[in-house]
Amino acid sequence: MLSIDQLRVELDAETGIVRAIDRLSLAIRRGETFALVGESGCGKSMTALALMRLLPDSGAVTGGDITLDDTDVLGLPESAMRGVRGGRIGMIFQEPGTSLNPVLTVGRQMVETIEAHTPLRGEAARRKAVDWLQRVGIPEPERRFDDYPFRMSGGQKQRVMIAMTLAAEPDYLVADEPTTALDVTIQKQILDLLKDLQREHGMGLLLITHDLAVVAGMAHHVALMYAGQIIEVAPAKDFFARPQHPYARALLRALPDAGRRGGALAAIPGTVPPLTMDFAGCRFAPRCAQALPGCEATPPALLGPAGHQVRCLLLAPGGPGLVDDTPLAAAAVPLPAAAAPAPDTGAVPLLQVKGLGVSFVLRKRLLQRQAARFDAVKGVSFSVAAGQTLALVGESGCGKTTTGKAIVQLLRHQAEISGEALLDGRNLFDLDGAALREARRSVQIIFQDPFASLNPRMRVAEILDEGLAALQPQTGADERRSRIERIAEQVGLRREALQRFPHEFSGGQRQRIAIARALAVQPRLIVCDEPTSALDVSVQAQILNLLRELQRELGVSYLFITHNIAVVEYIADHVAVMRAGRIVEQGACADVLNRPADDYTRTLLAAVPRL
Amino acid sequence: MGFKFVVLATDVALWALFAALIGYALRVARHPTLRATWTRVLRDAPALCSALVLALFVVVTLLDSVHFRRVLAAADGQAAGQVFYDTRTESLLDWALARQIDMRETTYSAPLGYLAITKQTVTRDGQTVRELPRLLHGGAHLTQPEQQWAPDLWRRGLLGAAGGLAVALLTALGVALALARSHGGLALAARDLLADRTHFPLRALLLTLTVVCLLGGTVAALMGHYHVFGTDRTGNDVLVQTLKSIRTAFVIGLLSTLATLPIAVVLGILAGWFRGWVDEAVQYLYTTLSSVPNVLLIAACVLMVQVALDKHPEWFETGTERADVKVFLLCVILGVTGWATLCRLVRAETLKLRELEFVQAATAFGVAPARIMARHILPNVMHLVLITTVLNFSDLILYEAVLTYVGVGVDPSTSSFGGMINLARSEMSRDPVVWWSFLAAFAFMVALVLAANLFADGVRDAFDPRSRALRPRLLRRLPAKEA
Repeated sequence: MLSIDQLRVELDAETGIVRAIDRLSLAIRRGETFALVGESGCGKSMTALALMRLLPDSGAVTGGDITLDDTDVLGLPESAMRGVRGGRIGMIFQEPGTSLNPVLTVGRQMVETIEAHTPLRGEAARRKAVDWLQRVGIPEPERRFDDYPFRMSGGQKQRVMIAMTLAAEPDYLVADEPTTALDVTIQKQILDLLKDLQREHGMGLLLITHDLAVVAGMAHHVALMYAGQIIEVAPAKDFFARPQHPYARALLRALPDAGRRGGALAAIPGTVPPLTMDFAGCRFAPRCAQALPGCEATPPALLGPAGHQVRCLLLAPGGPGLVDDTPLAAAAVPLPAAAAPAPDTGAVPLLQVKGLGVSFVLRKRLLQRQAARFDAVKGVSFSVAAGQTLALVGESGCGKTTTGKAIVQLLRHQAEISGEALLDGRNLFDLDGAALREARRSVQIIFQDPFASLNPRMRVAEILDEGLAALQPQTGADERRSRIERIAEQVGLRREALQRFPHEFSGGQRQRIAIARALAVQPRLIVCDEPTSALDVSVQAQILNLLRELQRELGVSYLFITHNIAVVEYIADHVAVMRAGRIVEQGACADVLNRPADDYTRTLLAAVPRL
Repeated sequence: MGFKFVVLATDVALWALFAALIGYALRVARHPTLRATWTRVLRDAPALCSALVLALFVVVTLLDSVHFRRVLAAADGQAAGQVFYDTRTESLLDWALARQIDMRETTYSAPLGYLAITKQTVTRDGQTVRELPRLLHGGAHLTQPEQQWAPDLWRRGLLGAAGGLAVALLTALGVALALARSHGGLALAARDLLADRTHFPLRALLLTLTVVCLLGGTVAALMGHYHVFGTDRTGNDVLVQTLKSIRTAFVIGLLSTLATLPIAVVLGILAGWFRGWVDEAVQYLYTTLSSVPNVLLIAACVLMVQVALDKHPEWFETGTERADVKVFLLCVILGVTGWATLCRLVRAETLKLRELEFVQAATAFGVAPARIMARHILPNVMHLVLITTVLNFSDLILYEAVLTYVGVGVDPSTSSFGGMINLARSEMSRDPVVWWSFLAAFAFMVALVLAANLFADGVRDAFDPRSRALRPRLLRRLPAKEA
């Protein structure tokens, strides 16, 4: 049994001592899967690193014990620890691209691990490695054994990682977000593989993830973390059927899906508190809808029957119990009746894309008449109706972002573009000068990464003003300022936020700033390029609500680029599914998602993990 | 006595730089992010201590950068109201060191000596003897030097050291008083200071200050009656030369870097932003430039300048001005030939930045390229510029030494470390060996360059987000039962 008892981890950061993990206890038995879930920064990855004794230099375990079948892991000398790492506890990381050494063949790396942890040497080690490549589903393992990592896809690299880790036959496996960097279809394969191998070998698996849906199909036990503490631990079935902690319930409710269409998501207000502060009471209390006056002052303990424990004063013996006991399914908050969009506004197409093709010239070789080209988008046609949302769905590399950027005219002079994008009957690709400026006002974009999309050296007010100043230079400074203030209010930013710098905001707030920046020029179409995929579930719900609200108020259309089917179900009116630069299927949201006609769409939908 | 200010080209540049530095400091004070980053620099003990050393060098430089010419006493036949100025241009530092400058010997003398180092034939009491003559100024106050010399040195030296120590202790007391409030009392503040438990590494800073005060006090106490670092061939005090070389080093280090900036930053950003043929052209230019041997290129430029200056003696009122313009032009030449490295860095950073989403968002708003480059790219490459500038500073000081050694550096009338080391070539091979001039230049240059390098390291660590300069506090682990 691998058990963690009262573990405390602290990191020395510039802002002060970060108490990354506070008295965390858990136990994993061989043959079972234990899932550690939580939003970013809650300490779940730190738990894994502390377990492997791989904490960064600025961090240290300041309390507690880790015991591996009667061995005190924290007390071992470093030389003995090397045998534990990889030998007794294996670990798989999030990014398969960077966890393999690019200058060594995968075979060489596997043999290295095998020779380090098993008595096998030479040919025997090689046979073992090939055998494991076979077992994780790498085709032609004999040949791929001598391949370099760059010749493999992301999914294959993760399979190699798994093969490498398991070839040393560890008793326990720590998988830190093993599928977060992968596409849904690959994610399903990897999860299935992990599940099979775990059952076959009777390993203990510690699965760390932020994705509740992944956990639902995999884990026996679930522990939910919040701000460095476990706040609920329960058997998986119990956890998803009857979550107890208000945070757990709110989190499950904040997930978008088809059933919540037309209503606002139950977003959790606020953000995760910084772990440098001292907590007097319950860490979730400031965001909790059901908090009692006592919650702010009394720290709750993890209580309850063995197997299902909750850290909440409401649920403690003698507590008042949960006030809100409605079942989770009916959680959508209905919108005011007047707000329901009229069905026929969709008849007027705002943007019509016809036969769009984008190809990048890769490199012109000497003596080669035709330069090498890569066709990122081929013959894509769709239309976006005024006041509606078209979702462009597909896996990474299918050309959905390229399509979006081409429409916002970001690929001029960089790629060869064919076809038309008609806005008000005028082809955007033909415009120039004043007409192009006019068109830029109508079509704006929101990017995926809220940390890269705002200039760190500009104040929020300057960021919001930039578009106005460039596209409507005739408006006076006063008018621009008042408009900026109005928009900031619309997206839920406080006025004093305007004078601050982007780094002072959390991810969700930054995305609000990015949305405000796009809205400032009063566009009619906003291309949303994965606007929520870098955000936590609770914040994602806030942003989706905001986008929906804005569409209702301003009648703006969205071209919503995403890989997240649940978000599509929730927000889109129409869906276009892309694969390898082409649209394979498009139509009304319900039609495509419920009655997919194309094989690829069916595969894609089947791979989506569900609660 | 009247005087008139003389404004030399490098004075203007140095004071302008100093003003810019103060302006930047004010900006840092108002800007929370920048302030946090610079606080991180100062929390690094080596960086803080070298900042102190650099500050002392800067003070010397600035004192040496206020130049004036005195009015000559009226001579016979001079028309009323007509004023003549001394041809010698002096600086505040010269004024402060007037005594040391006047203590001119005939030729070489050893540090702290009272006798010359070569024997002379003198007639004493009707007999001709060869002996080491007394120096004109060094130890001239001693009546019986054989007995008095050593005790006098000890007395003055210890007195000076005690004075220095007193200054250091008073400063430490002042710091402790300033900390008393936040540390809960003077005694606690002093204890925390001793145990290095302060926010900034003040203990290291105070130790550095103590060392500086001890050395400075001793030298100050001795330099009135002795040549602390000896004298050179023409009998000039080496200490004065060394102090005056500091300004030359600063001028070369700062102005040359400054001269590289406009070319490197503008070309780098243009190349990275426009790519295509602009990029090709800029790359071609700097690749060619960095394939030409640098010394050769600089020597050619310097000789051209030299010829031009020699042809036009009417351009300058005094020799100092001429020498100064030569230094200034040397800086420009060093700058114009040395921008390739920074340009490469800026170009690479711009290539990365232009793909970032905030730049794309600006493009989506139709913001003009020039404005994007100025508002979005330039501020985001400035940290690179800062780091490179600070790192280059010490390289250029060393480079000046190399160039002067080769013979294409500063004017012989300008004191510089390079010049002193160049002369040492012959001094080290004569007998008795004249080592002090070389050693003084060496020690001061190492102190300056080492301080600049340590400071640059601190700056780089603080500005580089990947190397979070942390001082991990010792975190102790408690077993589960006690926790």
